[in-house]
Amino acid sequence: MGWFKRIKEGITTPSQEKREIPEGNWYKCPECNHVLTSLEHAQNYWVCPSCQHHERIGAGEYFALLFDEGKFRELAVNLTSGDPLEFVDTKKYTDRVNSSMEKTGLRDAIRCASGTIHGEKVVIAAMDFRFIGGSMGSVVGEKIARAIDYAIKNKCPFICISKSGGARMMEAGFSLMQMAKTSAKLTQLSNAGLPYISFLTDPTTGGVTASFAMLGDLNIAEPKALIGFAGPRVVKETIGKDLPEGFQRSEFVLEHGFLDLIVERKDLKDKLALIFKMLS
Amino acid sequence: MAIYLDFEEPIKELKEQLEKTRELSEKDQIKGDISSRTKELEGLIEETTKEIFTNLTPWQRVQLSRHPERPYTLSYIEAITDGNFVELHGDRTVKDDKAMVGGFGMIGDQSVMLIGQQKGVNTKMRQFRNFGMANPEGYRKALRLMKLAEKFNKPVVTFIDTPGAFPGLEAEERGQGEAIARNLFEMINLRVPIICIIIGEGASGGALGIGIGDRVLMLENTWYSVISPESCSSILWRSWDYKKEASSALKLTSEDMLSNGLIDGIINKPLGGAHTDPDAIFGIVKKEIQAHLGKLMKTKADKRIDQRIKKFSAMGVFEGKK
Ligand SMILES: [Zn+2]
Repeated sequence: MGWFKRIKEGITTPSQEKREIPEGNWYKCPECNHVLTSLEHAQNYWVCPSCQHHERIGAGEYFALLFDEGKFRELAVNLTSGDPLEFVDTKKYTDRVNSSMEKTGLRDAIRCASGTIHGEKVVIAAMDFRFIGGSMGSVVGEKIARAIDYAIKNKCPFICISKSGGARMMEAGFSLMQMAKTSAKLTQLSNAGLPYISFLTDPTTGGVTASFAMLGDLNIAEPKALIGFAGPRVVKETIGKDLPEGFQRSEFVLEHGFLDLIVERKDLKDKLALIFKMLS
Repeated sequence: MAIYLDFEEPIKELKEQLEKTRELSEKDQIKGDISSRTKELEGLIEETTKEIFTNLTPWQRVQLSRHPERPYTLSYIEAITDGNFVELHGDRTVKDDKAMVGGFGMIGDQSVMLIGQQKGVNTKMRQFRNFGMANPEGYRKALRLMKLAEKFNKPVVTFIDTPGAFPGLEAEERGQGEAIARNLFEMINLRVPIICIIIGEGASGGALGIGIGDRVLMLENTWYSVISPESCSSILWRSWDYKKEASSALKLTSEDMLSNGLIDGIINKPLGGAHTDPDAIFGIVKKEIQAHLGKLMKTKADKRIDQRIKKFSAMGVFEGKK
């Protein structure tokens, strides 16, 4: 539980990453109603000990879980959204961004960092669903691009943890082209002979699935994550029928041949280290 | 009989008047010379057309891009190749997707791989073509043909016209997301020139799946964005009634896409939309393709790929440098 102790103590990183876990709070599993303390839940990697439901977690939690001693150097920290289209729907895009920043303490829907996994240098880009549904706009695309550049420069593997509802509609054409941009950068990583692990978590849909999330040398998913191009509601409307049990979940996607393996959160770090060892 | 969109109503009325005048004259119900009257009406039609079509709203452009009399991909291919086209079928894995067509064709004396989404021309064909919504095997067929072109060092031209990749159950089972993603990745690295032309609707990943090119061009009255105005309205406004507002907000017109640096050029059409004078537009598109290919084929493959990567990598607007 080394990694957990670090979280509990509040790790100090260049971005002053801290996650407080209030003592005495309770967590109720939405799948099986199992109740445990928030502390126990966090100690179990935010996974329900009764039914293995993997609760959604943020980029910071993945960094703490994966990087040795929870230490990392965050990349391209200061990038924030522009408003190239001066987009207004029922709200201004700039207001949505600002309120999301305030609420989450994040600057956009992704964080990128370099550090080590069992002593080996890696770059991790981790999406965060709390920021406008983990949607992909220019900042997400640019941060992934820079993380890949960093990996190429430092000759190390790249891991991208996807968790996204898809496109950032308020950046329209710019959002769409981030699919092209991230894919273009991945060809450079590939041509440099460096490993790319795509780790798909709940949920990974839309333009993220149709670009970098499906382009891993290895595509790995968390158990029971929703993974698809069209959202289940849209598919249901299209076929006019109820969807089969487990449709678009990790296990379904693996059976249809689009995932290499499914890894539980507690095993992720060791599994990644083993894979990198085998690839090097 | 011609089909008119709601905002084309004044043109329709004038054309009907013109027809009526001619008819009555033929039946001798109007005595004497009608030439001054018909001339006046023709002048009015031209003026009105010009006025309407130079002030199109984004939503009207979306309507035009879906005009049922617009030429679709195979019509372009037939005209541009003068019928020297061999259609090739299938993805070699699952089936032949009728919503995605492709094959080798001759443009002048240059052999080119031509690929595009295909919409149907009538009710039966619309279903046969799945409304231009490709399944994963459509994208894989497109990729197979692009790789074939690469092997024989022939340039690729894609025609984009889709309301989106098909969001069906089997499409998901067979990896719609992976199929599109793979195309993006492979098209970036394809060693032959690629020209992509949006000839109607350019909806989201379904359009981008054959949309990575050295030149990405839009016909004037088409749209290209991350989502259709209707879906955008339903998600952001939580109602289907804001498609006009969504069309404006999405900046999806050819002018907006060009001024935002997200496409490389606009192909101007004869006034009134591609459907009013298909032969003229086929000629213009053919000339554009030949002009761009002429330049692109002089560049070395490595340099072209490098420029392609740089172009797409530069797309995005954000604050903060480090
Ligand atoms: Zn549970």
